[in-house]
Amino acid sequence: MHLLPVGREAVLVEVGSSAEAVSLAAWARDHRLATDVVPGAETVLLDGAVDRDRLPDLLASWRPGAVPEGPEVVVPVVYDGPDLAFLADHWGCTTDDVVQRHRSPVYVSAFCGFSPGFAYLSGLPGDLAEVPRRGSPRTRVPAGSVALAGRWCGVYPGATPGGWRLLGHTDATLWDPAQAEPALLAPGTRVRFEDVG
Amino acid sequence: MSLLVRGVGASVLVQDLGRPGWAHLGVPRSGALDLPAAALAQRLVGNEPSAAGLEVLLGGLEVGADDAVWVAVTGAPCQVDVDGRSREFAAPVWLPAGGTLKLGRPATGLRSYVAVAGGVAVEPVLGSRSTDTLGRVGPPPVAVGDVLSVGTTSGSPAAVDATRPPAPGPLRLQPGPRAERIDGDAVDLLCRTSYTVSPDSDRIGLRLVGDPLPLARSEELPSEGMVLGAVQVPPDGRPVVFLADHPTTGGYPVVAVVDEADLWQCAQLRPGEPVRFTRAARR
Repeated sequence: MHLLPVGREAVLVEVGSSAEAVSLAAWARDHRLATDVVPGAETVLLDGAVDRDRLPDLLASWRPGAVPEGPEVVVPVVYDGPDLAFLADHWGCTTDDVVQRHRSPVYVSAFCGFSPGFAYLSGLPGDLAEVPRRGSPRTRVPAGSVALAGRWCGVYPGATPGGWRLLGHTDATLWDPAQAEPALLAPGTRVRFEDVG
Repeated sequence: MSLLVRGVGASVLVQDLGRPGWAHLGVPRSGALDLPAAALAQRLVGNEPSAAGLEVLLGGLEVGADDAVWVAVTGAPCQVDVDGRSREFAAPVWLPAGGTLKLGRPATGLRSYVAVAGGVAVEPVLGSRSTDTLGRVGPPPVAVGDVLSVGTTSGSPAAVDATRPPAPGPLRLQPGPRAERIDGDAVDLLCRTSYTVSPDSDRIGLRLVGDPLPLARSEELPSEGMVLGAVQVPPDGRPVVFLADHPTTGGYPVVAVVDEADLWQCAQLRPGEPVRFTRAARR
């Protein structure tokens, strides 16, 4: 673990992996270490840190796995995305194999970004080639689109421009600020995709 | 009571102190860009600091009141008219029932702030009434024809507000977490370079025009959390200072961070105006 100061109010904590970042973020949130506890791919930002001078001591008592796993959510997907053929070509398999490979793992929401409720889901099999983004993003990706980029899976909460490769779509509500838990896929949530096509 | 919106100029947004605490879900903090100016307006009409007001870009706001109320206009100095008669800027102003408040175009600065006694009472979203222009959280931008509810008055207007306004000056910089991504000392280079404000600056970021910073490495970092005031350097080497509606995570390196106390100036800098940095004293 490596601590980097960020301005006067924040500290960026580098850890070894996305799984550790998820675990540390959940722990830091439980311990109310900062106003905003923001996991990244391999880091946790503690913004508005309550006591920056004592953070090294406090963080020393965290261990990976110190908090229980997050809740599990099942996302129903119709696999009818326009990039299935691209992915089949990229991975050298059939489109049925693409669906099978996508829906097999249990994913973990690692962090959010891009738009409210957009979660970066880790869990794609490590032996699959990383998925390149489109050279030019689509001007409008429909809400509920299930997509891949790099080693991440994501589901677009609302209609936005986007450069990820589209596998299919879901009717699940990803973002509802009227709810106590506004994001369906908050960091730490475990996610399974169910083929309902 | 309520305000009927008759004119909005370039942009009018409801803003309060913002919604910190939701960055992990990708929700920017948002809130008034010039916080000291917005806070002064709220104090002048006797509101709590958390009350919501209007952030008016380059004047043009015109609102009618259905009941009498105290209002105050601060931030970018502009003509303040009530029913066609000039009123004092940065002072409590009485808006009579049926009266119309009109803001002229500021000669300097960008954003004026309008407070109304009782506060603008649009429905809060995730604990704030602020409009976030990046993720579209909170109320939509104020439009002509909108009727804005006003809350119940809690205090009295301030006879005098003796708080000294913050003085403009170079933006104070702390080193950032990825300063080593720059060839050389990032803070020194930022302080030595002549920058001006790019016209595509907005509530998300103050984009700077100037000699590009020399990046030691150009590949993106794994996405990491971003702070208010972060000086992020994209591959073109032209820095962006993150403001209230900034994305919560990103992969371009943050090589320095502007002191929060200086960020109000970024709300008022016009395209083409110079931007200067200085190294912040250690705390």
